[in-house]
Amino acid sequence: MFKIAKIAYRNLLRYTRRTLLTSVLVTIGIVAVLVFIAVAGSFKQLMVGQITDSMLGHLQIHRKGYVASIDNSPLNLNLNPKQVKKVENILEQQPEITSYSMRLKFGGMLSNFSETANIRLNGINPVQELKTVPLLQQRVSTGNGKSTNPPTLKQGEIWVPENLAKGMKLKVGDQVVLVATNQDGSVNGSSLVISGIVGSMTGPGGRDGYLNLKDAYQLLRIKGNEVNEIALRLNNFDKLETSFEVLKQKLSEIKNKKDKPIFEVHTWQKLSPFSNIAKIIDLLTIFVKIILIAIVLVSIMNVMLMAVYERIKEIGTIAAIGTTPRKIWSLFLMEGLFLGIFGAVTGSLISLAIIQYLNWQQLTFSFGRQDALVLSPVIAMSEIIGTALIVIVISTLASLQPAVKASRLEPVEALRHF
Amino acid sequence: MGLLTTRNLSKNYQMGDVSIAALSEVNLEIEKGTFVSVIGPSGSGKSTLLNLIGCLDQPSSGSIQMAHQEISKLDSRQRAKFRGEHLGFVFQHFNLIPVLTVYENVEYPLLMVKAGNNQYQRERILALLDAVGVLEQQAKYPHQISGGQMQRVAVARALVTQPELVIADEPTANLDHDTAYKIINLMKTMKDKSETTFIFSTHDPKIIGEAEIIYTLEDGTIKNQEDRRNHV
Repeated sequence: MFKIAKIAYRNLLRYTRRTLLTSVLVTIGIVAVLVFIAVAGSFKQLMVGQITDSMLGHLQIHRKGYVASIDNSPLNLNLNPKQVKKVENILEQQPEITSYSMRLKFGGMLSNFSETANIRLNGINPVQELKTVPLLQQRVSTGNGKSTNPPTLKQGEIWVPENLAKGMKLKVGDQVVLVATNQDGSVNGSSLVISGIVGSMTGPGGRDGYLNLKDAYQLLRIKGNEVNEIALRLNNFDKLETSFEVLKQKLSEIKNKKDKPIFEVHTWQKLSPFSNIAKIIDLLTIFVKIILIAIVLVSIMNVMLMAVYERIKEIGTIAAIGTTPRKIWSLFLMEGLFLGIFGAVTGSLISLAIIQYLNWQQLTFSFGRQDALVLSPVIAMSEIIGTALIVIVISTLASLQPAVKASRLEPVEALRHF
Repeated sequence: MGLLTTRNLSKNYQMGDVSIAALSEVNLEIEKGTFVSVIGPSGSGKSTLLNLIGCLDQPSSGSIQMAHQEISKLDSRQRAKFRGEHLGFVFQHFNLIPVLTVYENVEYPLLMVKAGNNQYQRERILALLDAVGVLEQQAKYPHQISGGQMQRVAVARALVTQPELVIADEPTANLDHDTAYKIINLMKTMKDKSETTFIFSTHDPKIIGEAEIIYTLEDGTIKNQEDRRNHV
């Protein structure tokens, strides 16, 4: 078999230009796929990170039916203090949950004494919130650019969304009046000082303002520890689905008087439209891989068929001197295999170099209202090995038909060929 | 002692609706260790006969007995194995494998039949290369040596597995007269050394003169058989 491999290798070297062209084609295909996977993966990871770490958290718990009417920010679907306590007890027992943040989301009117605008607000405990969505800190400007220290959100302070601040010409230190409708339908107002401007983000909650949870209770005249959203952060994002299932199971055990679950839990994918973009990226990756398979299949099959037609007499000779059809078959299969291996190895190395170069270049991009996002393409070893294996397997499969053709040639016919 | 026997060996080719008889009812018996020539005009069936004897083709009817086997009934894999173990070939166009060196070309059939240990094989290959006079060319590729040298390598390749029969279809047709004569003499010398039977086809009268037994073919049948062992 070693001899067959040696002949296969030398046959490839015999037609250097053709071998190089085919290998270059396979290499380009691999480079395109791996670089695409790395860049698209980086973009996806970055965006998912931004969404989960600065707004949504990894998982969210609500009262059953809240998410269906989330656009109204209904206050009648708040979790009462007893229910909050039950959830807290469960969360404290889950080692995979590193932190959670209680939120009271509601809508209101913001006035700078000359203009009034609608605003969606999150009543939060800033310490809990910044532990659960640590990138929120980067979005909050406290007057001297983006803050490096955790921004404060003491009682009497408010973080106003960037677009609203621009529209109403608000800045840090300005006083505003917040008016909101309570659960019973009455209206209440509070005077607050702006302590931060929150940068906008694409997606739900990306244009929300923040105030201290105690201020929210005061404004909405809520006496107990009521919230309508609990955002969770996991210590291992890769175990999102497992953690989700565990939590879902635990929460479903708590039922109301009608024996129906009180709570609902959702992963970030269910809450953000970006999950669809992430799915499209995954789908595109599959399509790019299919295109690669087609390139490899067509180019290798073409070159191997040419090799068979050009070497018919040689096939006749080796058959005449005792090479079995199986060994002839192996010879051509190995030529395809070597082309695949060469293309896969070269392509993988070039891809790694390009990915390294892109990282070194620190390319930035904008997404929605987010600017200067730094692209940090990375590729998993499993992805490189997987793609290389696809190419090698397809190269071998593409050689199968030419190899069968060569092995079935009658020696007497092949020897007559000119 | 009979090495190869054919009985009523026929080969027909189908050309559309017409069946053309390339070989008809050929009966011959080749003895071990003889130097046999098959002669005849173009289209007389020389190559067809050698192809059938060489297990490269299958007869339309008749039988070929060799090495206690009916070789006309073997399937393609069995024929390949039989060729590797019992037969050697020398071709008109030398047919060396271009990507292998002279040494590797001679080694190739041995690897196909998995014979002997490596050291023995190596010694045998070198001895054969020496015997055919191309030992110094062993590291060269076929395109780096002359036509005569290529045919010498082909003779060594044909003999390396110690076959019982070497078949050479017009082995000198692509060589100048002197080289052709040298090749035939080389084949004859190797025949004497190894007691391998050689059967070759040719048009060259001087080369025909070197054969011990001559079969003359005409229109697919044997017209004459001449045993010249007492003259050669």
